[in-house]
This record gives sequence, C-alpha cells and structure tokens, in this order.
Amino acid sequence: MSLTRRQLLKIGVVGGTSAALTGTAFAEEEPAAPHDAVGMLYDATLCIGCKSCVVACANANGLSADTRVDPLHQAPADLNSFTKNIIKLYTPAAGESGPYSFVKRQCMHCVDPFCAAACPFHALSKDPTTGVVSWTADKCIGCRYCQLACPFETPKFDWDAFNAKIIKCEFCKERLEKGQEPACTFVCPKKAVIFGRRDLMLREARRRIKESPGKYFEDHVYGEKEGGGTQVLYLSAVDFNKLGLPKLSPDEHPSRWLRWQERIMKGFILPIGVYGVIVGFLKQNFREHDKEMNEEHKKTGLLPQI
Amino acid sequence: MVRNDENTTSTIGEQLRRAGIPRRDFLKFCTELMIVAPIGLSITRKAWAGEVAADLLKAQRPPVIWLHFQDCTGCTETLLRTSRPGVADLILNIIDLEYHETLMPGSGKQAEEQLQSAMTKYAGKYVLVCEGSIPTKEAGIYFKLAGKPGTELLEDVASKAGAIIAIGSCASWGGLPSAGDNPTGANGVADLIKGVPIVNLPGCPPNPYNLLGTVLEFVRTGALPELDSNLRPKFAYDRLIHEQCPRRAHFDNGRFAQVFGDDGHRHGWCLYKLGCKGPDTHAACSTRHFNEMPDVWPIGIGAPCVGCTEKEIAFKVPMFQQASVHNFTPPATYPPIETGAGHPAHIATGLAGLIVGSAIGAAWTAAQRFQSSQEGAEANPPEPPKEMLPADDDPPQSNGRGQGA
Repeated sequence: MSLTRRQLLKIGVVGGTSAALTGTAFAEEEPAAPHDAVGMLYDATLCIGCKSCVVACANANGLSADTRVDPLHQAPADLNSFTKNIIKLYTPAAGESGPYSFVKRQCMHCVDPFCAAACPFHALSKDPTTGVVSWTADKCIGCRYCQLACPFETPKFDWDAFNAKIIKCEFCKERLEKGQEPACTFVCPKKAVIFGRRDLMLREARRRIKESPGKYFEDHVYGEKEGGGTQVLYLSAVDFNKLGLPKLSPDEHPSRWLRWQERIMKGFILPIGVYGVIVGFLKQNFREHDKEMNEEHKKTGLLPQI
Repeated sequence: MVRNDENTTSTIGEQLRRAGIPRRDFLKFCTELMIVAPIGLSITRKAWAGEVAADLLKAQRPPVIWLHFQDCTGCTETLLRTSRPGVADLILNIIDLEYHETLMPGSGKQAEEQLQSAMTKYAGKYVLVCEGSIPTKEAGIYFKLAGKPGTELLEDVASKAGAIIAIGSCASWGGLPSAGDNPTGANGVADLIKGVPIVNLPGCPPNPYNLLGTVLEFVRTGALPELDSNLRPKFAYDRLIHEQCPRRAHFDNGRFAQVFGDDGHRHGWCLYKLGCKGPDTHAACSTRHFNEMPDVWPIGIGAPCVGCTEKEIAFKVPMFQQASVHNFTPPATYPPIETGAGHPAHIATGLAGLIVGSAIGAAWTAAQRFQSSQEGAEANPPEPPKEMLPADDDPPQSNGRGQGA
C-alpha cells in the first residue's frame, strides 16, 4: 500500500489535534484519605485468636456460617462469600524461629481503592466522608474485575447464588449509620482491633511503636503508605508479608494509571481521533483495492470480486 | 408435712423458725437459688444471699396443691433428692404444701377432704403444680381420682388456682405417655386449660430449683417470670445446653466419642456423635447440675442429652440420632495464611510440556505435508473450466486460485 505525503499529513493532523486537546497537564498528587476517614487498627501482638470478631461479623452482616469444610463449625478456609472477616494463624515454617501470630483479614478500605478503579460501572465506590469502600448491587454487572484488581484478594464473588453478590467488609455500614462501631471492634475482648478516625488510629499506632521500640516488625505501621495507604492499619511482630499482606510500594496506587485513562478518555476526543485515523487508512485501502479490481477486470474480463 | 390450719398467714421466716431450720441452711438455699437463677428473677437480683434471704423470709408461704396424673413421680423424686442437709425439709417448709399424693400421710376420704378444704380456703391464691400428662381419650377413663376422670379433676382444681406450674415434660406437652401413637390421648396442662397463667417446667425430670425459683417469684411479686414461646421461664430455659457445655472444648477441637465405652468416651470427650441433643436443647442443665453436686446431669456422667426440655425432641426423635447444630461457631483450629493454589508438581509440568510439545510437533508436520501437497498442486495447475473462459483466445494468467482479495 502506498500513501501519498498529502494523505499521511491529512491523517496526522486529525490525530495530532485530538492528542493535543487531551494532553493537557494534570497536577501529580498523591491520594489522601478524606479528613474524617474512619479507620481500624489491628495489633496482632494483642490478638488472642478467640474469633469473636468472626462470629460477630457474620451475625451483624446476616451471613450464614460456612460449613462446607466442617459441617459442625463455622470454619471458612479463607475470606469467601460467607466470610467478610477471618482470623488466620501464621506458624513459623519448620526450622524457622520466631513467634506465632494471628492475623485478622478483611477489606483494607484503601485510600485509593483498586477495586473501585477497576470497576467499569462504579458499583464499588468510596464514601467521600468516611472513606468506606462499599458495593452497590444495582450497578454491578458481575464482571469480577474488582476481584482481580484487589492486591489483598478481598472482594469475593458469591458463586453459589443465582443473583450473585460481591461480598466484602463494608465497615458495618448500617452500624456506623446508627452511631455504633463495627461489630468486630465492638466485641474484641482484648481491644486488639480498635476503630476510630484514621488519623487517630495512625497516631495510636505510632505511640505504641514509640512506647516499645523493637517490639513491632521494622517499627512499621502496615497500611500507612502501602498502595497509597489503607484505612485498616496493622501492627505486628512478624513480617507482614508472612501474614499474607503483600509488599506494596507507596506509589503503587491505581490513580496513577487511572489518571492516564482519564486523559485519554477526556471529552472522548482522542478515541474519536484514533477512530478517524483508522477510518482514513481504511478508506485509502479501499480506494487502492478498487483500483486493482478495475485493472484486473480490464486485463482478464472477469467480474470484480471482493 | 406440716399442717398449719391456724397459721394460714405465716411467713416463710416464721415457719422456718417454728420448724427449727437454722438460718445457715436457709442462706445456703438462697445462695443456690442465686446460682441457679442469676438473671431473670427479681428475687435473686440482689447483692448477696443475705439480701435474698431477708426478702424471702418476709414472704407469705405459698399454698401449693400438687396433682399427679400420668407420671412416674420422677419430678417429685428430684424435688426430694436435693442433697444439702435438710433441704427436702426446707422445701416443704418454704412452700405450704397442702396436697401431695406421694408425700401426704392421709389417703382416701381424708385426702380428698384435704384437697377440697385447701381449694376453698386458698381459692384464687394457691399454686397448682401438675405432674404427668392428662389422658383425654375415651372420656378420660385412663386416669381417675376419687371416681373422676383426670380432665375433670384438672378443670376443678385449675379453675380456682392463682397460677399453674406444669412440672416435667409430661405435664408440659404430653411427654413420654404421648410418644408414638399416643394411646391414651395424653395432653399437657396448657393444651387443656385456658385463662389461668401457666408455666411449663419441662425436663425429665426438671431441676427442682427451677420450680422453687418460679414459685418464690410468684409469691414475692405476684407475677410469673418472663416466659418464652413454649411457656418456659427464660431464667432457666433461655440458652442451649451446647452453649455452656463443659465438654464444648472437645466439640470445638473435633474430639468425639464414637461409640459407648471407647477411649474418647472414657476420656470425657464430646457426645455429639452418640446422639447428644445439646445443640438443639434449651435448658440450664450444663451450668446448674442436679442435687447440688458437680457433674450430676446426663452429659456429666457420659450419657448424651436426650433433649427432654424440648417439645419436638425427647420421645419424638430417636435417642441416638445426631442433632442439628443451630448456632455455628468457629472450631478451635485456624486456617493457615496461604490457603490458595499450591505449586504445580514437576511431573505434572513435564507431562503438560510433553502434551503441548507433541501437539505443536504434530501441527508442524501436518503443515509441512499440506504445504508440499499444495506445491505439488501448483506445479500442475488444473485447467480453468472452459465455460469460464472469455470468448477471445487470451488465456488468463491467474494461478488457478481465483482473484486475490
């Protein structure tokens, strides 16, 4: 296929203009939690593994017990469509020394939620005041992108249901509206998990680290910066990675990529531009094709065929 | 049995003093009552047993008429088998037992007179305790007292009662006599009597302190304790046996006795798999053992609970059938951190590689053969069909595969 210089320029102008229109500069800002964002602080060194929170969570959220593994007990193997909150046990591997540790797993309520970024219909959204990431049934199309996007593997799909739901911790929304704290923090007998404003939780975590330096792993609060920060914070004596919490760098948050997506899609100009370019190429091809056909016809007398 | 015709208004305190019961014994009784009914009764909502005692000593002794129907007298026996010294005596002094066929010395006409006089004297005030189920088939001929069928007797006595306590499972809803085809048409009191407050104290037998707590609450406050949908007082029947079972740790750890007498059974493991109805049964047995002795209750001695306090379980569900668990709770074990996919085995990887590799190889060979056959075809292009040829004698230069698109 041969393009004349003129044609190439013509196509280039359309694309270039649209690119220029969308390519306006955005200020690069880090995601920040809302001012009144709520938060949770789980201190694994205080947890006694009583699982009161698991039972309270199921009761408060009307979840039936997961008895698929053990028919006599509520014994989920992991977070699933029956379980929004679970206590797991870390056991040092053979030959490895170090303490045992419990870990409470539930939705981390990211400051910049991966699931909400992946959701094509905003079925998962972050509350602008409290920062609670919650799921809206009416908007969900069941694509489960959220499941794939979440680095903490939190949103779970209700595989057995006809009209399936995405099941994940929503900080006991109904209880919060009534002015109560979430069920898990309410029942915790050791106050190993506490609830409050995120900044106060962070301050409390730092205070604990300051009070007993060396007690906590790397004197670090997991969730302060990870993946742009989460509203559920962790303190532990064991490597967070061993507790199943992934290593995430602070700038590994979805809005970095989302920003580009927004730029590309702004005003729908770039897509139209790209479409124009494609149509231009196609048109050119068709023109050449017609020319060849006619030549063939003249030469052989056969009727033009596509 | 103390007759007290002239002391009809005597309080519990006066009666105890007259009978020579030491205060210490009564305090022990009050302590027991507080343990048995820590919540749900106003009489035990006190700081310590002394206050309960002070309160109760002022109370009028409740006149009690105790009727037997189709029963085994087990409920009476459990009342008399309370083991603290003098408690049987104490019980008889705390309540004013006007009529009780097992305990009264009189019989025949004497007994009947006593019943009638008590009914007249304490009309509208006495507590009627019924033990046993009431047969209704064939006009009630399966149970008769003084020539009257049980239904008539019950109606007579119940109509003047201040409150009725149906003690035992039989009086509550038929119990053992109503099992199977119910040959006598056995019924509970609440099925036959309306208009009088009724409390069911099911159990086979029930804990006697449940009776005493209910009676004393009625006497002191004039009202019955809070009841559930089966008319059982909540202070004693609000929780499942399973919830506070001393063997619960074994259940949560998955340690079950599999057959009677096996190693687990000898070690006191959970009896669930032997048919224990604890997870289905509302009763206080697991915390309030019988005869004031620790571990004196079915599960405590290694016998699975039969669910005697439940209408639909005892005598209805087979004894060794496993109960259904209602409130599922976590076991004593924990899920590990990583529960997801494991790592593929080397052999599996190798096998998969072999399969994929041979598929690719086969495809390659097939493609090669196809190509060579095409080349062969191109070497000898087929003649174009005659009718397709144009009229003039200029053969087309096409390769026989038609026009490329």
